[in-house]
Amino acid sequence: MRVWVPNIVVFACNWCTYQGADLAGSLRYSYPPSIKIIRVPCSGRIEPEFIVTALKTGADGVFIGGCHPGECHHKEGNYKAVLRFNLLKRVLKMMGVETGRLRLEWISGSDGKRFADIMTEFDKAVQKLGPNPLRSDVNA
Amino acid sequence: MPKTGVYICHCGENIAGSVQIKELKNHAECLPGVTAVRDHAFLCSEQGQALIKQDIKDGLVDRVVVAACTPRTHEPVFRKTLADGGLNKFLLEMSNIRDQNSWAHWQDPKGATAKAKRLVASAVAKAVLLEPLQDRFIDVRGSALVIGAGISGMFAALDIADMGFKVYLVEKNPSIGGNMAKLDKTFPANDCAACILTPIMARVITHPNIEVLTYSEVESVDGSIGNFVVKVRKKQTYVDWNKCKGCGDCVNACPVTVPDEFNECLSSRKAIYIQFALAQPRKAVLDVASCVNCANRTFGTKPVKDFKTGGPVLAHCEKACKTGACDRSVRYNPEGEIMAINVGVIITAAGFKVMDKTPFREYSPQSPNVITSMQVERILSPTGPTEGEFKRPSDGTRPKTVAFISCVGSRDKSYHSYCSKVCCMYMLKEARQIKEKHPDTNVYIFFVDVRAGGMDFEEYYAYCRDLGIKVIRGRVGAVDELAGDRLRVRAYDVDMSAPVELESDLVVLATAIEPAPGLEDLSRRLGITCGSEGFLKELHTKLYPVETSVRGIYIAGCVQAPKDIPESVSQARAAASAAAVPLTTGRVVVEPLISEVDTDKCSGCGICIPLCPYSSISMLQQGEKLRARIDEALCAGCGICTAACPSRAITLHGFTTAQIEAQIEALTVVESGTFA
Amino acid sequence: MPDKLKLAYFLSGGCGGCDMAIIDLSETLIDLLLHLEVVFWVPTITDTKYKDLEAIPDRFIDLGLYSGMVRLQEHEYIAKMMRRKCKVLVAYGACAALGGIPGLGNMHTREEILKTAYFDTSSTDNPEGLTPQTRCVVSGKYELTLPEFYGHVRTLQDVVDVDYFIGGCPPHHSFVRQAIPVLLFEKLPAPGSWITSGKAVCDVCDRNPVKKGEERQLIREIKRTLEGAPDEGKCLLQEGYLCLGPVTQGDCGSLCPKVNIPCMGCGGPIPGVRDFGLRAISAIAGLLSSEELVDQIPSPVKYFYRYSLPASMLRKKLGKV
Repeated sequence: MRVWVPNIVVFACNWCTYQGADLAGSLRYSYPPSIKIIRVPCSGRIEPEFIVTALKTGADGVFIGGCHPGECHHKEGNYKAVLRFNLLKRVLKMMGVETGRLRLEWISGSDGKRFADIMTEFDKAVQKLGPNPLRSDVNA
Repeated sequence: MPKTGVYICHCGENIAGSVQIKELKNHAECLPGVTAVRDHAFLCSEQGQALIKQDIKDGLVDRVVVAACTPRTHEPVFRKTLADGGLNKFLLEMSNIRDQNSWAHWQDPKGATAKAKRLVASAVAKAVLLEPLQDRFIDVRGSALVIGAGISGMFAALDIADMGFKVYLVEKNPSIGGNMAKLDKTFPANDCAACILTPIMARVITHPNIEVLTYSEVESVDGSIGNFVVKVRKKQTYVDWNKCKGCGDCVNACPVTVPDEFNECLSSRKAIYIQFALAQPRKAVLDVASCVNCANRTFGTKPVKDFKTGGPVLAHCEKACKTGACDRSVRYNPEGEIMAINVGVIITAAGFKVMDKTPFREYSPQSPNVITSMQVERILSPTGPTEGEFKRPSDGTRPKTVAFISCVGSRDKSYHSYCSKVCCMYMLKEARQIKEKHPDTNVYIFFVDVRAGGMDFEEYYAYCRDLGIKVIRGRVGAVDELAGDRLRVRAYDVDMSAPVELESDLVVLATAIEPAPGLEDLSRRLGITCGSEGFLKELHTKLYPVETSVRGIYIAGCVQAPKDIPESVSQARAAASAAAVPLTTGRVVVEPLISEVDTDKCSGCGICIPLCPYSSISMLQQGEKLRARIDEALCAGCGICTAACPSRAITLHGFTTAQIEAQIEALTVVESGTFA
Repeated sequence: MPDKLKLAYFLSGGCGGCDMAIIDLSETLIDLLLHLEVVFWVPTITDTKYKDLEAIPDRFIDLGLYSGMVRLQEHEYIAKMMRRKCKVLVAYGACAALGGIPGLGNMHTREEILKTAYFDTSSTDNPEGLTPQTRCVVSGKYELTLPEFYGHVRTLQDVVDVDYFIGGCPPHHSFVRQAIPVLLFEKLPAPGSWITSGKAVCDVCDRNPVKKGEERQLIREIKRTLEGAPDEGKCLLQEGYLCLGPVTQGDCGSLCPKVNIPCMGCGGPIPGVRDFGLRAISAIAGLLSSEELVDQIPSPVKYFYRYSLPASMLRKKLGKV
C-alpha cells in the first residue's frame, strides 16, 4: 500500500533556525524527513511569492523560522517577515487556502530540541490536513 | 548550461550510516546540468578536496555542490578548495545532508535517503544559477573620530593616537573630563578622581596626534567605514580662544551670576566662565543667553566714546581682558563654525546624565536638603560649592543625620526598568567618606538590595557596615518636610517586617543613570540603533560588545549602559583596539553577498529606504530621475529590500529570487508529496 | 501609398472603456486612420459578423486588439479566431491582460454568481426561476443557443498566446497615443512583453517623498479613501491610504494620485513581476509600523488583486475540499 507522506518546505534564517536545525541534528533529536530546509540570510528575505510557489508546486506545508523578537541578526528582518506573513495569510485564507499549512515561529540557534518538537508537531498538523489541494497537478 | 559537479561525503558513517550513497549518486547523475558525481569517506580531507580540485582543473565542472555537513562550519573550507582549484569560490553550494538529514533521521534510512535526494536536487538547482562574485575592498582612512571626552572617550582617543593615527576628539562642553571630573573620590580604592583624571586630561591635550575639539557637537555623519565624512559644529564661544590664556580676569569682572551646572546648581557661575577649576583647555566661554551686554556692548558694535575720558566705553569682561580675547566689536556668528573632517572609524563615548530629582514627588524634591548623589559628590569635593566642607544646602550647617535612598528611578517600571549598576557602590563610598570624616554623623542607607559584585566590592561593603553605617533593606515610601528643615523618612524594613521612620537633616537620592541628552539624535545621525531605554545598542551582547550595527562605528562607556570607571575604561580600550583593526590594515573586505540595485529597473519609489536596517540605501540622481543606490560598505545582505522591491530592481547576490525559487521547485515539484 | 495596415478590435468581457480610450485619441485617430483599415471592430464600431471574421485568411490582419476578459465560450472562440487571423495580438487593457475588475468574480463560484444575478438581488423579478441555458427550443421548433458561462474568469493569455500586453482601466489615451504607433510602425519588443515605460506610478508622481528630498516614512495608520482628506502633496501611501503606485505601471502619468485618489493598480505589474498582489503585499506589509495594522486592511484580496486576480498565481478562490 502506498502511504502519502507530506512534503514540507522550511525557510530557515541562517542566524537562528538554520543553526537550531543543525543543533537538533547534532543532538540526534529526530523529526520527520518530510521537513526540507532552504537557507535564507534573514526571515526578512522571504517573499510571499516563495510561499505561494511552494504551495503551487507541491509543498503540503510551508514553515518560516526566524529569530526571536529583539534578536534578529539584521535587527528588523523578523518583524518585516511577520508583517508580510500575516498579511499573506489573510489573503490566502480568503482565497480558500487552509492556513494550517502555513506557520511562522521564532526558533533560536540554541532551540535544537524545540526545532525538532515544532517540526514533528507541524508535520502531524499537515498530515491531518492531507495533500495540498493547491498543488498544480490537483488544481490544473 | 553550467557543468555541475556533485560531491557526496560519507562523513565516515555519519552520513553513509543512514543515507544510501549509491542510490543518492544515481539520483544526482540524472539531475539537469550535472556532469560529475563523486563520493568520498571524508570530503574535507586533503584527498577529498583533491577530487574536487582535479575535476575543476580537468574542465569537467564549473559549479560545485558539496553534499556533506552544514555550510556554517564547512563553507569556508570548500570555498577555499574551489579557489585553489582555480574556480570562483562563490560557485559553491552546500547541501546539508548530515546535520539536517542523516543525524536527524538516523533511525529512518529510507526517509533520510529520499530527503537527501531532494536536498541535493535543490542544491544543484541553485548551483546552476550561481554567479561568480568578487570580494571587494575599501580603503580605510587612517584617522578616527571620538565623540565625547569623558574617561571613556579620552582613553579610546589616547590608544588610537598612540598607535600613530590621527584622532579628532569632539566634546560638547568647554572642557574635556566628562562626568568623572565632577566626582570626588572613586571606589573601591577611594583614590581622588581629579588626581587620576587630570594627568590623563593633560596627555590628551598635549598628544600630537589628538586634535581636541571642545564646545563642539557632531552635526552630521555621511559615508561609511573607511571614509566617514563628519560635520562638526564648533559652537560659538564669543571669546577668541587663540588669545585667551584662561586667566579668569573676565570671569571675576562679570556681574551676571547664573546657576553653575558643573556644581549641579548648588552654586553659581558667571555669564562668562571657565567650566571648572581644572578645565582643559582652560579657556573662557560666554553663555550668551545669560549675558546682559554691559554698557550696551552687543557684539559687532563699535564702542561709544566716554565723554569724560575720551576712551571707549567697554563691557566689564572686555575691560578686564588683557589679551584682547574678549572683544565685543567682533561680529561673531551665533551658529559657530562648521568643520568637515574625514575619518576611517568612529568611536561614540557620549556618556550619560544623572536623572533629576523633580519627578519624585514622594521624596519632597522641593526641599533644598533633598539632593541627588551627584550633588553630594560636589559637596564632598574640595573644588565644589562648599570646598569639601560637609554642609547641607538650606542653611550651611553640618547634617547630624543623613539618609541615602537607592534605586530612585532605576529598577522601577514607572521610570527605568534597568539597574543603574553603580549606585550601590557610590552610595557606600559617599556614606563612608562622611562617616570617616565625621564619625558622629548618623548615616543610613535604604537599599532595595545591595549589589556589590566586583573585585574588592563586597569587602568595601563589609568595611562600611563595620564603620557603623546603618543599612536598611526596604524601599522608602515617603520623605516629608518637617519644621527646622528636618526631613522625615518613612520606609518599610523588609528584614524586620516592620515600618521604620527616622528624621534626617539631609536626604540623598541615588537617581538613575540615563542616556546623555541628545543621544537619540546622535544615534540617528550615526545611523545606529538605540535600545528601548535609549542607550546605544551593541552589535552582539556577548561577541561584539563594542561594535554597532554600522560597520566602523564603535561604542564605549555609559553610552551603552550604566558602567563604573574600570568597566568604561576597559570598554574604551576594547573599542580602540577593535577600531584599530581596519585602521592598521588600511582596508576592509566587503562580502559580495549583498544587495545591488539595477538602476535601469528602479522606479525611485523609495520603499527600500526606510526598510534597510543599516541605512545603506540612498537616492542618487541619474539623469532626470532619482534612483536607489546601496552603499556596499554598509549593506549586510539581509535581503529585506530585495523582498520588498516592487520593481524587482534589487538583487541579493547569493540568494537571488531565481535561485531560491529553483530550490523550492526542486524540493517540491514532480513527485509532489512522496509516496513511501 | 502602400497598403493600409489592417486592424481588428474585439470587446469581450469588458465595459467598453478601452474602446473609448481609442476614440479619445480624437485628431490623432483621424491621422491614424489614413494608414489603417478597420476590418473588424465588434461590437461597438463595425457591423461585422463572426462569420466574416472566420472568412478572413489567416495572418491577414496586422494588428489585433483584444479588450475584456474571457468568461464566455464566445470570448474564447473569438480569442482563438483572432489569434489565427492576426499577425500581432495585443491584450489591450486591464481585463484582457490581467482579468480586470470582472476577475474579482473568481472569488465566487459560477453558481453563487448566477444565484445572485437571477434570484437574490432586490431588483430581480424572476417568478419562474429561469436561468441562462446554453440551448433552448422556442415554440417547439426554433433552437436558440447561448454561449456557455465558464466557471471562472481567465485572461487572454490563459486562452491563446499573446504578443503584447497593455495595462490600464482603461489605458490612458495619452499612452495609447504613443503605444499604437509603436505597435504599427516601429520595431517591436520581444513577444510576451508589456508595452510600457516599465516604471512605477511613483516615478511620475509628484507626491513621492524621495523626489522632494524627504525620507519615506513607515505607515502609522490605515485609512480608507472616504476617511479624511489627504494632505496636499503628501504621499498617499505614507498617509495610510495604501496607494498601489509603487507596484503599478505609471504610464497613466499618476492620474489618480493627482486627484487625491490612491492608485488601485489598474496599470498592472512592473515587468518582471509575476504576481501583482503578492508584490504589493511584500512591498507594503514591510512598511506597516505595527502588526495590528495588518488586520485593519479592508478586504485584502480585493484590494491587492482588484485588477489582477485571474492573472495571479492562485487565479481563483479554491473550492471547499
